[in-house]
Amino acid sequence: MQSTSKQFPENAHEALQDEGLQQALQKLSTGFPLKRLQAAKRLPEFEALRDQARNIKNHVLENLDYYLEQFEDKVTKSGGHVHWCRNSDEARQTILDICQKANAKTVTKSKSMIGEEIAINDFLETNGVTPIETDLGEYIIQLRHEPPSHIIAPAIHLSKQQVAETFLKQHVNLDPDRDLDQPRQLLEEAREQLRQKFLQADVGLTGANMLVAETGSNVLVTNEGNADLTYGVPKVHIVVASLEKIVPTLEDATTVLRVLARSATGQEMSVYTTFCTGPKRPEDTDGPEQYHVVLLDNGRTDLIATEFQEMLRCIRCGACLNHCPVYKAVGGHAYGWVYSGPMGAVLIPGLIGMDEASHLPNASTLCGRCESICPMRIPLPKMLRDWRTRNYQQGKTGIKSRYAMAAWAFMAKRPKLYHGVMGIISSVLSKLGKKYGRFKSLPAAGAWCESRDLPAPQGGTFIQQWQTRRKQDREQSL
Amino acid sequence: MAKKSQTAETKHAKPHVAVFATCLVDLQRPGIGFAAVKLLEAAGCRVSVPENQTCCGQPAYNSGDKTTAVDLAKQMIAEFEQYDYVVVPSGSCGGMVKHHYPKLLADNPHWFERATALENKTFELTQFLCEKYEPDIAFKKYSKSVTYHDSCAGLRELGIKQQPRQLLNKINKINLIEGEEAETCCGFGGLFCVKYPEISTKMTDAKIDDIVKTGAETVIGGDLGCLMTIAGRLKRRGLDIEVRHIAELLADMTDQAAIAEGPKAGGG
Repeated sequence: MQSTSKQFPENAHEALQDEGLQQALQKLSTGFPLKRLQAAKRLPEFEALRDQARNIKNHVLENLDYYLEQFEDKVTKSGGHVHWCRNSDEARQTILDICQKANAKTVTKSKSMIGEEIAINDFLETNGVTPIETDLGEYIIQLRHEPPSHIIAPAIHLSKQQVAETFLKQHVNLDPDRDLDQPRQLLEEAREQLRQKFLQADVGLTGANMLVAETGSNVLVTNEGNADLTYGVPKVHIVVASLEKIVPTLEDATTVLRVLARSATGQEMSVYTTFCTGPKRPEDTDGPEQYHVVLLDNGRTDLIATEFQEMLRCIRCGACLNHCPVYKAVGGHAYGWVYSGPMGAVLIPGLIGMDEASHLPNASTLCGRCESICPMRIPLPKMLRDWRTRNYQQGKTGIKSRYAMAAWAFMAKRPKLYHGVMGIISSVLSKLGKKYGRFKSLPAAGAWCESRDLPAPQGGTFIQQWQTRRKQDREQSL
Repeated sequence: MAKKSQTAETKHAKPHVAVFATCLVDLQRPGIGFAAVKLLEAAGCRVSVPENQTCCGQPAYNSGDKTTAVDLAKQMIAEFEQYDYVVVPSGSCGGMVKHHYPKLLADNPHWFERATALENKTFELTQFLCEKYEPDIAFKKYSKSVTYHDSCAGLRELGIKQQPRQLLNKINKINLIEGEEAETCCGFGGLFCVKYPEISTKMTDAKIDDIVKTGAETVIGGDLGCLMTIAGRLKRRGLDIEVRHIAELLADMTDQAAIAEGPKAGGG
């Protein structure tokens, strides 16, 4: 996917003007956090589970090579294939090759962020294979040729009217005067359309919420059951997953599952949780004949042993998006690439580079709400700051900011000079602003005054006044 | 720099507390500093204001300029470590000292030890007044209804939530109305608010809408950065809600004009 992260401020501006989007974001950020809170309260050991989940992934990241090889071994023994792909190109080509070998015309797809990351849909389409998204949200945005705006709620930016318009435009074989006012009607229509596609598909392409090393299984979590029809009906099942999705054991997978849905939607469990292991065995009545796992790196191993390693604990629950005031203000598309919110602002620079994504770690107040709710206890604010530090150390911070910072630092390190200068500023500004106690505009505070008045200083710095007072006290006591 | 003798306070058996006013209070609103001093003295402390204090270094730290942040952290530690306690009328700057200095200096054992020692004796103002020394003061009545804004660093880095409420409730008949979004960021974020003013304004507006919903006549908080952000936007939107630091209420120093107000309260 081509990134527009460089235009983050412009993207954000557009998003802020979009009333429909603003309404949708309002709903999202009140609904999900409340449900998460209630779910966490119902489970006394929730905080302990977060620690456990974090420890599992930390252990995996320290021993990634071992568990990946164990996983490959188990997949192979169960009759499947593991394909190691360094980057998007390799992953796309691998998937296309498998599809072409199977003479596939259509590929059903259950939601996969890695699928978005490698832009598999466009690639398959240009090579004569039709991909069909089967998650309702993904299906809607595929019809609209839009990227997802949320990890777990990809069409959250759309209203039901917009979805109805899309269906009326795209489902041309149906009565153009049909009633699509109710969400239920939209759901029924999508279900009707998708049912045929499930049955026709030659290949099913899924992501993976986790990969289990001890069994060579992939875990799929959905609320619609679409993943099961995606992998279970066609002859070929392709799993595309990034390599940090691995967990050592089934026991570990269930620990992560216990925090995943609760953090994401406030559900105890997602409606469907599926463990897929290898292709259909002779004694099985159904299942795919081929089982392929496309394991993608795409820059992730470069994050290992850096200050960003902990980001690889992320299980893509979307809780940090739901709780982020910046995400709530601008939505997912403003971030300009596949991921968004705090996890996106940390991960995107790691995957596509800081030159492209330097706005994202900066566009945060570091309020810390994301870290406080992250099921994997990822220190997101710390890593946002780490990107800023890297940028600064590499001399990529803007010249203007750099000079301003240097001038301020020069003073702050010289207390006498600093207090002299602050004394002058405070006395000038307090005189100018005396009447109203604030400024509507001020030359040096342009950005602040765009939308806010600037409070005027009370006059006389604290340190100066304190010293004067102390002097008077001393004189009096003499 | 003149080292103050520690023998004095042992003699008086009063804890010697250094006030770190923070650069914003120093420049913008010295009244908060004096309110803090008044409360600390009422709590039986001997108060000093070390004169070589400037800024905790957070603007540099959050901009990625680690070298400057480290320099300023060392400057702060050297200036403040000799006191029994350091009290800061800001969760954000308090968080910088307590939460971030030890991390910033982690690879230098000598400075790490000094940073940790300072961490252990540094308190945000309401934290100190609740957990260490309670002010022996007759809290005056405050007739306007209030709502409290939890600043992010205070809440999440220092765990400040109950302390300001506990103190506010000592004010006779205080009408404290909680906002549903009291814990949501106000949109300040230091340089964030001038780097991304549109997003910041959207966040402040959400905060203000929640404040308006409470019906409170005054917004109280523990961080001047947040309070200036909220007050500046309230005034621009033409809303007549007062904004004050919690120390002003507790110290009964509400005769000074509220933040971003002219000399006559409500005027301007």
